[in-house]
Amino acid sequence: MQNIQSPEYAIETKNLFIFYGSFAAVSEVNMKIEKQKITAIIGPSGCGKSTLLRAFNRMNDFVPSSYVTGEILLHGQNLYGKDIDPVEVRRKIGMVFQKPNPFPKSIYENITWGARINGFKGNMDELVEQSLRGAALWDEVKDKLRKSAYELSGGQQQRLCIARTIAIQPDIILMDEPASALDPISTLRIEELMQELKKNYTIIIVTHNMQQAARVSDYTAMMMLEKDGSRSGTVIEFSETKRIFTNPKDKRTEDYVTGRFG
Amino acid sequence: MKQENTIMENQNFRPLDLRKKIRPGESIIQSLLFVSGVLSIFITVAIVYELGKEALLFFNNPDVTFAKFFGTTRWQPGVGLFGIWPLVTSTLITSAIAIFVSLPLGLATALFLSEYASPKARSVLKPILEILAGIPTVVYGYFALLFMTPLLQKIFGEGVEVYNMASAGIVMGIMILPLISSMSEDALSAVPRALREGAYAMGATKFETSLQVVLPAALSGIGAALIIGISRAVGETMIVAVAAGAGPNFTFNPFQAAETMTGHIARISGGDLSYNTIDYTSLFAIALMLFLVTLILNLVSQTIINKFRQRYE
Repeated sequence: MQNIQSPEYAIETKNLFIFYGSFAAVSEVNMKIEKQKITAIIGPSGCGKSTLLRAFNRMNDFVPSSYVTGEILLHGQNLYGKDIDPVEVRRKIGMVFQKPNPFPKSIYENITWGARINGFKGNMDELVEQSLRGAALWDEVKDKLRKSAYELSGGQQQRLCIARTIAIQPDIILMDEPASALDPISTLRIEELMQELKKNYTIIIVTHNMQQAARVSDYTAMMMLEKDGSRSGTVIEFSETKRIFTNPKDKRTEDYVTGRFG
Repeated sequence: MKQENTIMENQNFRPLDLRKKIRPGESIIQSLLFVSGVLSIFITVAIVYELGKEALLFFNNPDVTFAKFFGTTRWQPGVGLFGIWPLVTSTLITSAIAIFVSLPLGLATALFLSEYASPKARSVLKPILEILAGIPTVVYGYFALLFMTPLLQKIFGEGVEVYNMASAGIVMGIMILPLISSMSEDALSAVPRALREGAYAMGATKFETSLQVVLPAALSGIGAALIIGISRAVGETMIVAVAAGAGPNFTFNPFQAAETMTGHIARISGGDLSYNTIDYTSLFAIALMLFLVTLILNLVSQTIINKFRQRYE
Protein backbone atom coordinates (compact mmCIF):
# COMPACT_ATOMS: atom_id res chain seq x y z
CA MET A 1 0.00 0.00 0.00
CA GLN A 2 2.86 2.35 0.72
CA ASN A 3 5.18 4.08 -1.71
CA ILE A 4 3.42 3.25 -4.91
CA GLN A 5 4.22 6.73 -6.13
CA SER A 6 7.80 7.65 -6.82
CA PRO A 7 9.54 7.54 -3.46
CA GLU A 8 11.24 10.92 -3.64
CA TYR A 9 7.90 12.72 -3.57
CA ALA A 10 6.04 13.31 -0.34
CA ILE A 11 2.79 14.41 -1.88
CA GLU A 12 1.50 14.96 -5.35
CA THR A 13 -1.49 16.73 -6.85
CA LYS A 14 -3.07 15.64 -10.11
CA ASN A 15 -5.33 17.99 -12.00
CA LEU A 16 -6.57 19.44 -8.72
CA PHE A 17 -9.50 21.86 -8.69
CA ILE A 18 -10.93 23.31 -5.47
CA PHE A 19 -14.46 24.63 -5.56
CA TYR A 20 -16.56 26.75 -3.26
CA GLY A 21 -20.02 25.99 -4.57
CA SER A 22 -19.77 26.53 -8.31
CA PHE A 23 -16.75 28.83 -8.00
CA ALA A 24 -13.39 27.24 -8.70
CA ALA A 25 -11.10 28.99 -6.22
CA VAL A 26 -8.12 27.00 -7.39
CA SER A 27 -7.89 25.28 -10.72
CA GLU A 28 -5.72 22.75 -12.41
CA VAL A 29 -2.84 22.31 -10.03
CA ASN A 30 -0.27 19.63 -10.80
CA MET A 31 2.56 19.55 -8.32
CA LYS A 32 5.01 16.96 -7.12
CA ILE A 33 6.37 17.98 -3.78
CA GLU A 34 9.70 16.52 -2.79
CA LYS A 35 10.38 14.81 0.50
CA GLN A 36 12.36 16.63 3.15
CA LYS A 37 12.40 19.84 1.24
CA ILE A 38 10.72 23.15 1.86
CA THR A 39 8.25 24.15 -0.79
CA ALA A 40 6.96 27.71 -0.73
CA ILE A 41 3.70 28.86 -2.26
CA ILE A 42 3.79 32.54 -3.12
CA GLY A 43 1.51 34.90 -4.98
CA PRO A 44 -0.69 37.96 -4.55
CA SER A 45 -3.55 38.10 -2.04
CA GLY A 46 -6.68 36.19 -2.94
CA CYS A 47 -5.07 33.88 -5.46
CA GLY A 48 -5.88 30.75 -3.49
CA LYS A 49 -2.57 29.99 -1.74
CA SER A 50 -4.19 29.17 1.61
CA THR A 51 -7.04 27.31 -0.07
CA LEU A 52 -4.53 25.11 -1.86
CA LEU A 53 -2.54 24.55 1.35
CA ARG A 54 -5.67 23.65 3.29
CA ALA A 55 -6.62 21.14 0.65
CA PHE A 56 -3.55 19.09 1.57
CA ASN A 57 -4.91 18.20 5.02
CA ARG A 58 -8.59 18.48 4.17
CA MET A 59 -9.14 21.55 6.31
CA ASN A 60 -11.36 22.91 3.55
CA ASP A 61 -13.86 20.22 4.54
CA PHE A 62 -15.06 22.61 7.23
CA VAL A 63 -16.16 25.14 4.65
CA PRO A 64 -19.67 24.11 3.68
CA SER A 65 -20.13 23.71 -0.09
CA SER A 66 -16.41 23.24 -0.73
CA TYR A 67 -15.28 20.25 -2.75
CA VAL A 68 -12.38 19.03 -4.76
CA THR A 69 -11.91 17.35 -8.10
CA GLY A 70 -8.70 15.67 -9.17
CA GLU A 71 -6.37 13.93 -6.77
CA ILE A 72 -3.91 14.56 -4.01
CA LEU A 73 -1.72 11.53 -3.53
CA LEU A 74 0.00 10.63 -0.27
CA HIS A 75 1.79 7.27 -0.32
CA GLY A 76 -0.14 6.55 -3.48
CA GLN A 77 -3.51 7.02 -1.81
CA ASN A 78 -5.85 9.72 -3.00
CA LEU A 79 -6.64 11.91 0.04
CA TYR A 80 -10.03 12.66 -1.43
CA GLY A 81 -10.86 9.04 -2.12
CA LYS A 82 -14.23 7.76 -0.91
CA ASP A 83 -12.87 5.58 1.88
CA ILE A 84 -10.39 8.12 3.27
CA ASP A 85 -10.87 9.38 6.82
CA PRO A 86 -9.92 13.07 7.01
CA VAL A 87 -9.04 12.66 10.69
CA GLU A 88 -6.32 10.15 9.76
CA VAL A 89 -5.12 12.43 6.96
CA ARG A 90 -4.62 15.31 9.39
CA ARG A 91 -2.64 13.12 11.70
CA LYS A 92 -0.12 12.51 8.92
CA ILE A 93 -0.20 16.07 7.59
CA GLY A 94 0.12 18.60 10.39
CA MET A 95 -0.49 22.31 10.15
CA VAL A 96 0.83 25.51 11.68
CA PHE A 97 -1.42 28.53 11.35
CA GLN A 98 -0.90 32.19 10.67
CA LYS A 99 -1.73 33.29 14.20
CA PRO A 100 -0.31 31.12 16.96
CA ASN A 101 -3.22 29.10 18.34
CA PRO A 102 -2.00 27.06 21.30
CA PHE A 103 -4.71 25.38 23.32
CA PRO A 104 -5.66 27.16 26.54
CA LYS A 105 -3.92 24.44 28.49
CA SER A 106 -0.48 24.13 30.01
CA ILE A 107 2.59 23.99 27.78
CA TYR A 108 2.96 20.32 28.72
CA GLU A 109 -0.63 19.46 27.86
CA ASN A 110 -0.38 21.32 24.57
CA ILE A 111 2.15 18.71 23.49
CA THR A 112 0.56 15.66 25.08
CA TRP A 113 -3.02 16.29 24.01
CA GLY A 114 -2.46 15.53 20.33
CA ALA A 115 -0.31 12.53 21.18
CA ARG A 116 -2.92 11.15 23.56
CA ILE A 117 -5.87 11.46 21.17
CA ASN A 118 -3.74 9.76 18.54
CA GLY A 119 -3.10 6.78 20.78
CA PHE A 120 0.48 7.50 21.87
CA LYS A 121 1.52 4.94 24.46
CA GLY A 122 5.13 5.89 25.18
CA ASN A 123 6.69 8.10 27.79
CA MET A 124 4.96 11.48 27.79
CA ASP A 125 7.76 13.36 29.56
CA GLU A 126 10.22 12.20 26.94
CA LEU A 127 7.86 13.11 24.13
CA VAL A 128 7.38 16.60 25.55
CA GLU A 129 11.10 17.18 25.87
CA GLN A 130 11.85 15.79 22.41
CA SER A 131 9.15 17.82 20.74
CA LEU A 132 10.08 21.03 22.52
CA ARG A 133 13.75 20.49 21.66
CA GLY A 134 12.72 19.80 18.09
CA ALA A 135 10.97 23.15 18.02
CA ALA A 136 13.93 24.93 19.67
CA LEU A 137 11.80 25.87 22.64
CA TRP A 138 12.92 23.49 25.37
CA ASP A 139 15.50 25.71 27.04
CA GLU A 140 13.06 28.59 27.30
CA VAL A 141 10.17 26.63 28.81
CA LYS A 142 11.65 23.62 30.60
CA ASP A 143 11.07 25.22 34.00
CA LYS A 144 7.48 26.23 33.37
CA LEU A 145 5.92 23.30 31.59
CA ARG A 146 2.83 23.48 33.82
CA LYS A 147 2.23 27.14 33.07
CA SER A 148 -0.43 28.18 30.59
CA ALA A 149 0.71 28.35 26.99
CA TYR A 150 -0.72 31.86 26.90
CA GLU A 151 2.05 33.12 29.14
CA LEU A 152 4.49 32.67 26.27
CA SER A 153 5.34 35.35 23.73
CA GLY A 154 3.87 35.16 20.24
CA GLY A 155 7.03 33.68 18.77
CA GLN A 156 7.27 31.10 21.55
CA GLN A 157 3.59 30.23 21.09
CA GLN A 158 4.21 29.63 17.40
CA ARG A 159 7.15 27.34 18.19
CA LEU A 160 4.92 25.55 20.71
CA CYS A 161 2.42 25.00 17.91
CA ILE A 162 5.24 23.54 15.82
CA ALA A 163 6.27 21.38 18.78
CA ARG A 164 2.79 19.98 19.27
CA THR A 165 2.63 19.24 15.55
CA ILE A 166 5.89 17.30 15.50
CA ALA A 167 4.83 15.47 18.66
CA ILE A 168 2.38 13.44 16.60
CA GLN A 169 5.08 12.70 14.01
CA PRO A 170 3.42 13.72 10.79
CA ASP A 171 5.06 13.22 7.39
CA ILE A 172 4.34 16.70 6.19
CA ILE A 173 3.96 20.04 7.98
CA LEU A 174 1.86 22.71 6.34
CA MET A 175 2.59 26.28 7.37
CA ASP A 176 0.17 29.07 6.56
CA GLU A 177 2.19 32.28 6.83
CA PRO A 178 3.61 31.07 10.12
CA ALA A 179 5.64 34.20 10.77
CA SER A 180 3.40 36.96 9.51
CA ALA A 181 2.12 37.78 13.01
CA LEU A 182 5.60 37.76 14.53
CA ASP A 183 8.38 40.29 14.98
CA PRO A 184 11.56 40.01 12.85
CA ILE A 185 13.59 38.16 15.50
CA SER A 186 10.89 35.58 16.12
CA THR A 187 10.51 35.26 12.36
CA LEU A 188 14.20 34.54 12.02
CA ARG A 189 14.00 31.84 14.69
CA ILE A 190 11.09 30.18 12.92
CA GLU A 191 13.01 30.27 9.65
CA GLU A 192 16.07 28.70 11.28
CA LEU A 193 13.83 26.10 12.84
CA MET A 194 12.40 25.22 9.44
CA GLN A 195 15.90 24.39 8.19
CA GLU A 196 16.26 21.97 11.11
CA LEU A 197 12.81 20.49 10.59
CA LYS A 198 13.32 19.67 6.96
CA LYS A 199 15.86 17.02 7.94
CA ASN A 200 12.89 14.96 9.09
CA TYR A 201 9.81 16.48 7.57
CA THR A 202 8.49 17.77 4.32
CA ILE A 203 7.37 21.37 4.69
CA ILE A 204 4.96 23.32 2.55
CA ILE A 205 4.74 26.99 3.45
CA VAL A 206 2.48 29.75 2.21
CA THR A 207 4.06 33.15 2.51
CA HIS A 208 3.36 36.69 1.47
CA ASN A 209 6.93 37.54 2.03
CA MET A 210 9.02 36.91 -1.06
CA GLN A 211 12.31 37.40 0.76
CA GLN A 212 11.20 34.69 3.16
CA ALA A 213 10.40 32.32 0.34
CA ALA A 214 13.77 33.07 -1.23
CA ARG A 215 15.58 32.55 2.08
CA VAL A 216 13.99 29.36 3.31
CA SER A 217 12.57 27.33 0.48
CA ASP A 218 14.05 24.80 -1.92
CA TYR A 219 11.14 24.92 -4.33
CA THR A 220 8.66 27.68 -5.03
CA ALA A 221 5.22 27.56 -6.55
CA MET A 222 4.04 30.84 -7.99
CA MET A 223 0.28 31.26 -7.88
CA MET A 224 -1.71 33.83 -9.81
CA LEU A 225 -5.28 34.39 -10.86
CA GLU A 226 -6.08 32.91 -14.24
CA LYS A 227 -5.84 35.31 -17.13
CA ASP A 228 -9.36 34.53 -18.30
CA GLY A 229 -10.97 36.71 -15.64
CA SER A 230 -12.58 33.79 -13.80
CA ARG A 231 -11.00 34.86 -10.46
CA SER A 232 -9.68 31.36 -10.17
CA GLY A 233 -6.15 30.89 -8.88
CA THR A 234 -3.64 28.49 -10.28
CA VAL A 235 0.05 27.62 -10.07
CA ILE A 236 1.63 29.36 -13.01
CA GLU A 237 5.17 28.28 -12.31
CA PHE A 238 6.72 25.69 -10.04
CA SER A 239 10.42 24.98 -9.88
CA GLU A 240 13.54 25.44 -7.81
CA THR A 241 13.42 28.59 -5.74
CA LYS A 242 16.70 29.84 -7.19
CA ARG A 243 15.26 29.64 -10.63
CA ILE A 244 11.97 31.33 -9.75
CA PHE A 245 13.83 34.28 -8.32
CA THR A 246 16.65 34.59 -10.85
CA ASN A 247 15.42 33.18 -14.10
CA PRO A 248 11.66 32.71 -14.13
CA LYS A 249 10.04 31.40 -17.25
CA ASP A 250 6.80 33.27 -16.88
CA LYS A 251 6.73 37.01 -17.35
CA ARG A 252 4.14 37.38 -14.55
CA THR A 253 6.41 35.57 -12.10
CA GLU A 254 9.24 37.86 -13.00
CA ASP A 255 7.07 40.94 -12.50
CA TYR A 256 5.88 39.67 -9.15
CA VAL A 257 9.21 38.64 -7.66
CA THR A 258 10.91 41.80 -8.81
CA GLY A 259 8.15 43.90 -7.28
CA ARG A 260 6.79 45.20 -10.55
CA PHE A 261 3.51 43.43 -10.09
CA GLY A 262 0.20 45.19 -10.28
CA MET B 1 -2.39 69.39 -4.28
CA LYS B 2 -1.51 69.86 -0.62
CA GLN B 3 -2.49 73.49 -0.79
CA GLU B 4 -5.94 72.58 -2.11
CA ASN B 5 -6.52 70.13 0.71
CA THR B 6 -5.87 72.73 3.36
CA ILE B 7 -8.29 75.12 1.74
CA MET B 8 -11.01 72.47 1.59
CA GLU B 9 -10.51 71.62 5.25
CA ASN B 10 -10.90 75.22 6.21
CA GLN B 11 -14.16 75.45 4.36
CA ASN B 12 -15.75 72.28 5.69
CA PHE B 13 -14.65 72.07 9.31
CA ARG B 14 -14.84 74.47 12.21
CA PRO B 15 -11.70 76.55 12.51
CA LEU B 16 -8.88 74.86 14.39
CA ASP B 17 -8.87 75.72 18.08
CA LEU B 18 -6.86 73.52 20.41
CA ARG B 19 -8.17 74.95 23.70
CA LYS B 20 -10.32 72.87 26.03
CA LYS B 21 -14.02 72.94 25.27
CA ILE B 22 -17.11 72.26 27.29
CA ARG B 23 -19.21 69.56 25.68
CA PRO B 24 -22.62 69.57 27.39
CA GLY B 25 -23.87 66.42 25.61
CA GLU B 26 -20.95 64.39 26.92
CA SER B 27 -21.40 65.56 30.50
CA ILE B 28 -25.16 64.91 30.51
CA ILE B 29 -24.75 61.38 29.20
CA GLN B 30 -21.97 60.73 31.67
CA SER B 31 -24.05 61.88 34.63
CA LEU B 32 -27.09 59.89 33.46
CA LEU B 33 -25.00 56.73 33.24
CA PHE B 34 -23.53 57.44 36.65
CA VAL B 35 -26.97 57.96 38.20
CA SER B 36 -28.34 54.69 36.82
CA GLY B 37 -25.28 52.86 38.10
CA VAL B 38 -25.69 54.35 41.55
CA LEU B 39 -29.41 53.67 41.53
CA SER B 40 -29.00 49.93 41.06
CA ILE B 41 -26.44 49.80 43.86
CA PHE B 42 -28.73 51.85 46.06
CA ILE B 43 -31.69 49.53 45.47
CA THR B 44 -29.61 46.49 46.38
CA VAL B 45 -28.35 48.15 49.52
CA ALA B 46 -31.87 49.25 50.45
CA ILE B 47 -33.22 45.71 50.10
CA VAL B 48 -30.46 44.26 52.23
CA TYR B 49 -31.02 47.00 54.81
CA GLU B 50 -34.75 46.35 55.01
CA LEU B 51 -34.19 42.58 55.25
CA GLY B 52 -31.55 43.05 57.91
CA LYS B 53 -33.63 45.47 59.94
CA GLU B 54 -36.66 43.20 60.17
CA ALA B 55 -34.55 40.09 60.62
CA LEU B 56 -32.85 41.83 63.52
CA LEU B 57 -36.25 42.24 65.17
CA PHE B 58 -36.70 38.51 64.81
CA PHE B 59 -33.34 37.64 66.31
CA ASN B 60 -33.86 40.18 69.09
CA ASN B 61 -36.89 38.23 70.25
CA PRO B 62 -35.93 36.57 73.57
CA ASP B 63 -37.34 33.22 72.40
CA VAL B 64 -35.04 33.13 69.38
CA THR B 65 -31.41 32.10 69.70
CA PHE B 66 -28.83 31.29 67.04
CA ALA B 67 -28.49 27.90 68.65
CA LYS B 68 -32.16 27.21 68.06
CA PHE B 69 -32.09 28.76 64.59
CA PHE B 70 -29.18 26.70 63.31
CA GLY B 71 -29.25 23.87 65.80
CA THR B 72 -32.78 22.48 65.59
CA THR B 73 -34.75 21.02 62.75
CA ARG B 74 -38.35 22.11 63.27
CA TRP B 75 -39.75 25.38 62.01
CA GLN B 76 -42.98 26.64 63.52
CA PRO B 77 -42.47 30.16 64.85
CA GLY B 78 -46.04 30.32 66.20
CA VAL B 79 -45.25 27.71 68.82
CA GLY B 80 -41.64 28.66 69.45
CA LEU B 81 -39.88 26.26 67.08
CA PHE B 82 -37.21 28.16 65.18
CA GLY B 83 -35.04 25.57 63.40
CA ILE B 84 -34.37 26.87 59.87
CA TRP B 85 -32.98 23.60 58.48
CA PRO B 86 -36.15 21.99 57.08
CA LEU B 87 -36.62 25.02 54.82
CA VAL B 88 -32.95 25.14 53.82
CA THR B 89 -32.58 21.44 53.04
CA SER B 90 -35.70 21.35 50.89
CA THR B 91 -34.46 24.41 49.01
CA LEU B 92 -31.08 22.77 48.48
CA ILE B 93 -32.60 19.44 47.46
CA THR B 94 -35.02 20.89 44.90
CA SER B 95 -32.28 23.15 43.52
CA ALA B 96 -29.79 20.29 43.34
CA ILE B 97 -32.31 18.17 41.45
CA ALA B 98 -32.96 21.09 39.09
CA ILE B 99 -29.26 21.59 38.38
CA PHE B 100 -28.74 17.85 38.06
CA VAL B 101 -31.39 17.84 35.33
CA SER B 102 -30.58 21.10 33.58
CA LEU B 103 -26.78 21.20 33.56
CA PRO B 104 -26.07 18.01 31.59
CA LEU B 105 -29.07 18.50 29.33
CA GLY B 106 -28.33 22.17 28.84
CA LEU B 107 -24.67 21.54 28.09
CA ALA B 108 -25.49 18.76 25.65
CA THR B 109 -28.00 21.02 23.92
CA ALA B 110 -25.48 23.85 23.79
CA LEU B 111 -22.75 21.59 22.40
CA PHE B 112 -25.12 20.27 19.79
CA LEU B 113 -26.27 23.73 18.77
CA SER B 114 -22.83 25.31 18.61
CA GLU B 115 -20.72 22.42 17.29
CA TYR B 116 -22.90 19.98 15.45
CA ALA B 117 -26.20 21.48 14.30
CA SER B 118 -26.57 22.66 10.75
CA PRO B 119 -27.73 26.26 10.45
CA LYS B 120 -31.15 24.89 9.56
CA ALA B 121 -31.49 22.67 12.62
CA ARG B 122 -30.32 25.60 14.74
CA SER B 123 -32.92 27.93 13.33
CA VAL B 124 -35.64 25.45 14.32
CA LEU B 125 -34.29 24.39 17.72
CA LYS B 126 -33.39 27.74 19.21
CA PRO B 127 -36.87 29.29 18.96
CA ILE B 128 -38.37 26.15 20.53
CA LEU B 129 -36.00 26.50 23.47
CA GLU B 130 -36.93 30.13 23.77
CA ILE B 131 -40.60 29.19 23.97
CA LEU B 132 -39.69 26.96 26.90
CA ALA B 133 -38.21 30.02 28.57
CA GLY B 134 -41.41 31.96 28.01
CA ILE B 135 -43.78 29.60 29.86
CA PRO B 136 -45.09 31.15 33.10
CA THR B 137 -43.79 29.37 36.18
CA VAL B 138 -47.28 28.71 37.54
CA VAL B 139 -47.90 26.58 34.47
CA TYR B 140 -44.69 24.71 35.22
CA GLY B 141 -45.99 24.25 38.78
CA TYR B 142 -49.15 22.51 37.63
CA PHE B 143 -47.12 20.58 35.07
CA ALA B 144 -45.08 19.24 38.00
CA LEU B 145 -48.12 18.45 40.07
CA LEU B 146 -50.35 16.96 37.39
CA PHE B 147 -47.85 15.37 35.03
CA MET B 148 -44.48 14.84 36.67
CA THR B 149 -45.79 13.53 40.01
CA PRO B 150 -48.07 10.87 38.46
CA LEU B 151 -45.16 9.89 36.21
CA LEU B 152 -42.83 9.51 39.19
CA GLN B 153 -45.52 7.55 41.02
CA LYS B 154 -45.77 5.21 38.04
CA ILE B 155 -42.02 4.69 38.01
CA PHE B 156 -41.18 4.66 41.73
CA GLY B 157 -44.47 3.43 43.16
CA GLU B 158 -46.49 4.52 46.12
CA GLY B 159 -43.57 5.97 48.05
CA VAL B 160 -43.95 9.13 45.99
CA GLU B 161 -46.21 11.59 47.77
CA VAL B 162 -48.64 13.82 45.89
CA TYR B 163 -46.59 16.84 46.81
CA ASN B 164 -42.89 16.06 46.57
CA MET B 165 -39.55 17.75 46.04
CA ALA B 166 -38.48 15.52 43.14
CA SER B 167 -41.19 16.55 40.71
CA ALA B 168 -40.79 20.22 41.60
CA GLY B 169 -37.01 19.93 41.18
CA ILE B 170 -37.17 18.13 37.85
CA VAL B 171 -39.64 20.64 36.41
CA MET B 172 -37.55 23.50 37.77
CA GLY B 173 -34.65 21.93 35.86
CA ILE B 174 -36.73 22.00 32.68
CA MET B 175 -37.53 25.63 33.39
CA ILE B 176 -33.88 26.70 33.67
CA LEU B 177 -32.75 24.45 30.81
CA PRO B 178 -33.15 27.15 28.14
CA LEU B 179 -31.23 29.62 30.27
CA ILE B 180 -28.31 27.25 30.77
CA SER B 181 -28.26 26.03 27.18
CA SER B 182 -28.47 29.45 25.59
CA MET B 183 -25.84 31.02 27.84
CA SER B 184 -23.55 28.01 27.40
CA GLU B 185 -24.04 28.12 23.66
CA ASP B 186 -22.97 31.75 23.60
CA ALA B 187 -19.86 30.80 25.56
CA LEU B 188 -19.06 27.90 23.22
CA SER B 189 -19.63 29.95 20.10
CA ALA B 190 -17.31 32.64 21.44
CA VAL B 191 -14.38 30.21 21.46
CA PRO B 192 -12.20 31.28 18.51
CA ARG B 193 -12.38 29.16 15.40
CA ALA B 194 -8.58 29.04 15.41
CA LEU B 195 -8.65 26.76 18.47
CA ARG B 196 -10.96 24.31 16.76
CA GLU B 197 -8.82 24.36 13.62
CA GLY B 198 -5.73 23.75 15.72
CA ALA B 199 -7.37 20.69 17.23
CA TYR B 200 -8.66 19.34 13.92
CA ALA B 201 -5.22 19.84 12.38
CA MET B 202 -3.82 17.50 15.04
CA GLY B 203 -6.07 14.70 13.88
CA ALA B 204 -8.76 15.27 16.49
CA THR B 205 -12.30 14.13 15.83
CA LYS B 206 -15.21 16.50 16.19
CA PHE B 207 -16.14 15.00 19.55
CA GLU B 208 -12.59 15.24 20.91
CA THR B 209 -12.37 18.82 19.73
CA SER B 210 -15.66 19.96 21.22
CA LEU B 211 -15.28 18.10 24.51
CA GLN B 212 -11.58 18.57 25.21
CA VAL B 213 -10.74 21.88 23.58
CA VAL B 214 -13.86 23.98 23.05
CA LEU B 215 -15.71 23.06 26.24
CA PRO B 216 -12.83 23.74 28.66
CA ALA B 217 -12.11 27.02 26.89
CA ALA B 218 -15.74 28.06 27.36
CA LEU B 219 -15.85 27.04 30.99
CA SER B 220 -16.01 30.50 32.47
CA GLY B 221 -19.08 31.37 30.43
CA ILE B 222 -20.66 28.04 31.26
CA GLY B 223 -19.89 28.73 34.91
CA ALA B 224 -21.77 32.00 34.67
CA ALA B 225 -24.72 30.08 33.23
CA LEU B 226 -24.53 27.60 36.08
CA ILE B 227 -24.45 30.35 38.68
CA ILE B 228 -27.47 32.11 37.22
CA GLY B 229 -29.19 28.73 36.96
CA ILE B 230 -28.55 28.01 40.64
CA SER B 231 -29.80 31.43 41.64
CA ARG B 232 -32.95 30.93 39.60
CA ALA B 233 -33.53 27.52 41.17
CA VAL B 234 -32.93 28.65 44.73
CA GLY B 235 -35.15 31.69 44.28
CA GLU B 236 -37.88 29.97 42.26
CA THR B 237 -41.16 30.19 44.14
CA MET B 238 -44.22 29.28 42.13
CA ILE B 239 -43.24 25.77 41.07
CA VAL B 240 -42.26 24.71 44.59
CA ALA B 241 -45.25 26.46 46.12
CA VAL B 242 -47.58 24.49 43.86
CA ALA B 243 -45.83 21.13 43.74
CA ALA B 244 -43.28 20.64 46.51
CA GLY B 245 -45.56 20.72 49.52
CA ALA B 246 -47.04 23.13 52.04
CA GLY B 247 -45.37 22.66 55.38
CA PRO B 248 -41.77 22.53 56.59
CA ASN B 249 -40.52 18.98 56.72
CA PHE B 250 -36.98 17.97 57.61
CA THR B 251 -36.29 15.15 55.21
CA PHE B 252 -33.73 14.07 52.67
CA ASN B 253 -36.16 11.88 50.77
CA PRO B 254 -36.94 13.73 47.53
CA PHE B 255 -40.21 11.83 47.16
CA GLN B 256 -41.65 13.44 50.28
CA ALA B 257 -43.35 16.79 50.56
CA ALA B 258 -41.27 19.59 52.02
CA GLU B 259 -41.66 23.32 51.85
CA THR B 260 -38.78 25.45 50.58
CA MET B 261 -37.80 28.85 51.91
CA THR B 262 -39.44 30.64 49.02
CA GLY B 263 -42.54 28.47 49.16
CA HIS B 264 -42.88 29.13 52.87
CA ILE B 265 -42.54 32.88 52.48
CA ALA B 266 -45.14 32.89 49.70
CA ARG B 267 -47.62 30.82 51.70
CA ILE B 268 -47.24 32.63 55.04
CA SER B 269 -47.22 36.13 53.61
CA GLY B 270 -50.36 35.25 51.64
CA GLY B 271 -52.36 34.66 54.84
CA ASP B 272 -53.47 37.25 57.39
CA LEU B 273 -50.35 38.18 59.21
CA SER B 274 -50.23 40.97 61.72
CA TYR B 275 -47.33 43.36 61.73
CA ASN B 276 -44.51 42.75 64.22
CA THR B 277 -45.61 39.29 65.24
CA ILE B 278 -42.92 36.62 65.35
CA ASP B 279 -44.43 35.02 62.26
CA TYR B 280 -44.03 38.27 60.39
CA THR B 281 -40.43 39.00 61.33
CA SER B 282 -39.47 35.36 60.81
CA LEU B 283 -40.18 35.80 57.11
CA PHE B 284 -37.41 38.37 56.90
CA ALA B 285 -35.04 36.04 58.64
CA ILE B 286 -35.84 33.38 56.05
CA ALA B 287 -35.38 35.88 53.25
CA LEU B 288 -32.01 36.89 54.64
CA MET B 289 -31.06 33.23 54.87
CA LEU B 290 -32.14 32.75 51.25
CA PHE B 291 -29.91 35.63 50.30
CA LEU B 292 -27.00 34.05 52.13
CA VAL B 293 -27.56 30.60 50.62
CA THR B 294 -27.60 32.08 47.11
CA LEU B 295 -24.48 34.08 47.85
CA ILE B 296 -22.61 31.09 49.23
CA LEU B 297 -23.59 28.85 46.33
CA ASN B 298 -22.47 31.53 43.88
CA LEU B 299 -19.12 31.92 45.60
CA VAL B 300 -18.57 28.18 45.74
CA SER B 301 -19.37 27.64 42.07
CA GLN B 302 -17.25 30.62 41.09
CA THR B 303 -14.30 29.13 42.97
CA ILE B 304 -14.75 25.74 41.37
CA ILE B 305 -15.03 27.27 37.90
CA ASN B 306 -11.92 29.39 38.38
CA LYS B 307 -9.99 26.29 39.27
CA PHE B 308 -10.83 24.53 36.03
CA ARG B 309 -11.23 27.32 33.53
CA GLN B 310 -8.79 27.66 30.68
CA ARG B 311 -8.14 31.20 29.70
CA TYR B 312 -7.62 32.06 26.06
CA GLU B 313 -6.69 35.53 24.87
